[in-house]
Amino acid sequence: MAKITKGAPKALSANRLKDGIVVFLTKGKSWSEDIQDVAIAKTPEEEQALLDTGASFAAINDIVDPYLFDVEQNGSEIKAAHIREHMRTKGPSVRKDLGKQAGT
Amino acid sequence: MYRYDEFDAQFVKQRVAQFRDQTERRLSGELTEEQFRPLRLMNGLYLQLHAYMLRVAIPYGTLSSKQLRKLARIADKYDKGYGHFTTRQNIQYNWPKLKDIPDLLDELADVEMHAIQTSGNCIRNVTSDQWAGVAVDEIEDPRGYAELMRQWSTIHPEFCYLPRKFKIAITGAPNDRAAVAFHDIGIKMKKNEADEIGFEILVGGGMGRTPVVGVTIKDWLPKKELLSYIEAIMRVYNMYGRRDNKYKARIKILVMALGIEEFRNQVEAEYDKIESPEVILPGEEIGRITSYFAPPEYQKLADTDIAYEEKRKADKAFASWIATNIAKHRVPGYAIANISLKPIGGIPGDATSEQMYAIADLAERYSFSEIRVTHEQNLVLPYVAKQDLYALWQGLVKHDLATDNLSLVSDIICCPGLDYCALATARSIPVSQNISERFADIERQKDVGELKIKISGCINACGHHHAGNIGILGLDKKGEEFYQITLGGSADDNASIGEIIGPGFSSDTVVDAVEQIIEIYRDIRQHKKETFLETYRRVGPEPFKEALYATD
Repeated sequence: MAKITKGAPKALSANRLKDGIVVFLTKGKSWSEDIQDVAIAKTPEEEQALLDTGASFAAINDIVDPYLFDVEQNGSEIKAAHIREHMRTKGPSVRKDLGKQAGT
Repeated sequence: MYRYDEFDAQFVKQRVAQFRDQTERRLSGELTEEQFRPLRLMNGLYLQLHAYMLRVAIPYGTLSSKQLRKLARIADKYDKGYGHFTTRQNIQYNWPKLKDIPDLLDELADVEMHAIQTSGNCIRNVTSDQWAGVAVDEIEDPRGYAELMRQWSTIHPEFCYLPRKFKIAITGAPNDRAAVAFHDIGIKMKKNEADEIGFEILVGGGMGRTPVVGVTIKDWLPKKELLSYIEAIMRVYNMYGRRDNKYKARIKILVMALGIEEFRNQVEAEYDKIESPEVILPGEEIGRITSYFAPPEYQKLADTDIAYEEKRKADKAFASWIATNIAKHRVPGYAIANISLKPIGGIPGDATSEQMYAIADLAERYSFSEIRVTHEQNLVLPYVAKQDLYALWQGLVKHDLATDNLSLVSDIICCPGLDYCALATARSIPVSQNISERFADIERQKDVGELKIKISGCINACGHHHAGNIGILGLDKKGEEFYQITLGGSADDNASIGEIIGPGFSSDTVVDAVEQIIEIYRDIRQHKKETFLETYRRVGPEPFKEALYATD
C-alpha cells in the first residue's frame, strides 16, 4: 500500500474474500466497488473508527487486508491521492476494458 | 515430453483435493486469512492489486498443444480471456476468483499441470533453455535433468521452509539463453578434459535489490552426482541462510558473507557426509527420465527447401520474419520458430485465449504438438520443417503473432508493474509500450540491431532490469513515477550487471532518454555489426552520460 500522510483525509480499502475484488468502506458501513461511495475520515478518531469497522468485517471473513489510504476531494468527486491507490479504484491503465473503469 | 506416471497424477490430484478443503474452510470462516495465506501461496495464489492472481508452473517452459488449449480454456472460463507469460517461463492469470480456484486446479491436473512451486520459500519451478533439444550449440539436452530436479524438489520435506525462495536454471548450451548466472543455482552442461559431459555449478546469482552474478562453485560435476551436490548446497543454505531479515535471506548474501572459498568448503564438507552420492541418482533413473525427451520423429529432409526459398524471395514480410524470428535447428530441413509476444505497442508476454488456441493448433500441425515458453516472455515452436514455415507464418499473421522483432528494441522484458502488482512502485508496461511505439519502424529497429531492454516496476527486479543492455527501474519519488536507467547489463554467458547512468527520469522523459541512448550508440558504434552491448563495453558510460546530462 502507498504511504499515508498524517492529517490528510482518508478512506478504507480492502479486497473481497471470495473473489479478491477491491472494495471501499461506505458511510453506511457496507462495501462498495466505487470510490465515490466511501466514508471519509478527517480526524485520527474517525480513522480509527474506519479501521475498527474494517477489522470487524475481516473477522467475519467478508474482506481481507483492510487499510487506510489518502483521498482528495475535488467538489463532489473523490479520488485516491496516490497513483497506486488510484489504480485500485480504476483497474490497469493499460487495459481500460478491464477492472472498475470498464463498468462491467 | 515428460508424462506423469501414476504417482505424479495421484499426487497432484490429492494436492487439489487438499486445497479444495482448505479453500472451503477459508470461505466458511473456519480458517483465518493468516492461517490461509501460506496455504494459498503454496498453491501459487497471490492477492494482487486488483484481485487474486494465480501463477501456473510450466516446468522448464515446455508445453503440449493440449496443455496450451487448457490454459486458453482457463483464461476464458475462470479469468478475463488472457494470460501473462512471465520471466520465469510460467503463466499468470490476473482475475481468478478464490471460490473457483479448486475447480481451476482440477482442470489443470487433468493435463498434468499445477501451480505448486510458483510461490513461497521453496525451490521454485526449474527453468531452462527454450531451445533445449534443438539448438545447434547444445552439448546435451538439459530437460531430463530439469525434470529430475523438479521431481526431487517438489515438496521436498527438507526444503519447504527455506530462508527465502530459491531459483534454479539449467542450460545444455555454452550460449546461455536461460540467464543461469542470475539464479540461486545456475547449471551449465559442459565437457571435462576427458570429453565426458557433466555440469558446471554456479551459485549465489540473483537480481532484486542486491544484484549478483553467480560464481562457479564446482567447475565440473559428474552427472550422477547432480542431486547430491545440489542437496549439499541447499543444506548449507538452509542451515546458515539468514532468517532474521528477508532482504538478506537469499543464498547470494550468504555466499558473499562467507566468500566463495569458505562457502565451497562448507558445501564440500556437507557433501562428504552424504553417503554414496551416486546412489541418489542411479543411471537407470536418469535414463528413464531423459527417455521422455527423446527427439520427435523427424522426417528426412534436405536442408534447403526450394519452395520455402522462393517464398522468402517473393514475400518481403515473410523474409523479414524469417530473418529475425527463425533460429538454426540441429536437424537438416528444420527450423526453430520463435513467436514474439511483443506486438508494437502491446503488453509484453500477454496472450489472449484466441491466440493460445491458435498457437496450440499451429504447434499440433507444424511442431509435433510442442511449445516452449521463454524467460524473455515469448513462445517457441521447436520443430518446424522449413517447408511448413510459410504456412505457419500465415497462421501467425492472422492472430497478430508474427511480429518480426526478436531480440530487437521492442522485444522488451517487462514485469506487470503497478498496473497489476501489489509490490510495484511504478508502472512498467506503459514505458515498454511507449518505447515500442517510438521504434515502431521495424527497419529502424533492425538498424539498431540486437538490444535487450528490460523493465521492472520495483526493486524486486522481476523485469530483470539489472541484466538489461538498457535497464529501466520504476520507482516512487514523492508519489510520482520515476525511472532509473542502467546500461551494460547482460544475462548471457558473459553476464554483467547494468550500471546506473545518472539521475532518473520522469514518465514523460524516460522514452526520450532511451531514444537518445540508442542514437548515441548508432553514432559511435564502430560498424553496424557491433552490438549495443559491445559498444558499451568498449566505450563505457561516458558518451551516454554526456549526451543525457549535458548542461549548455
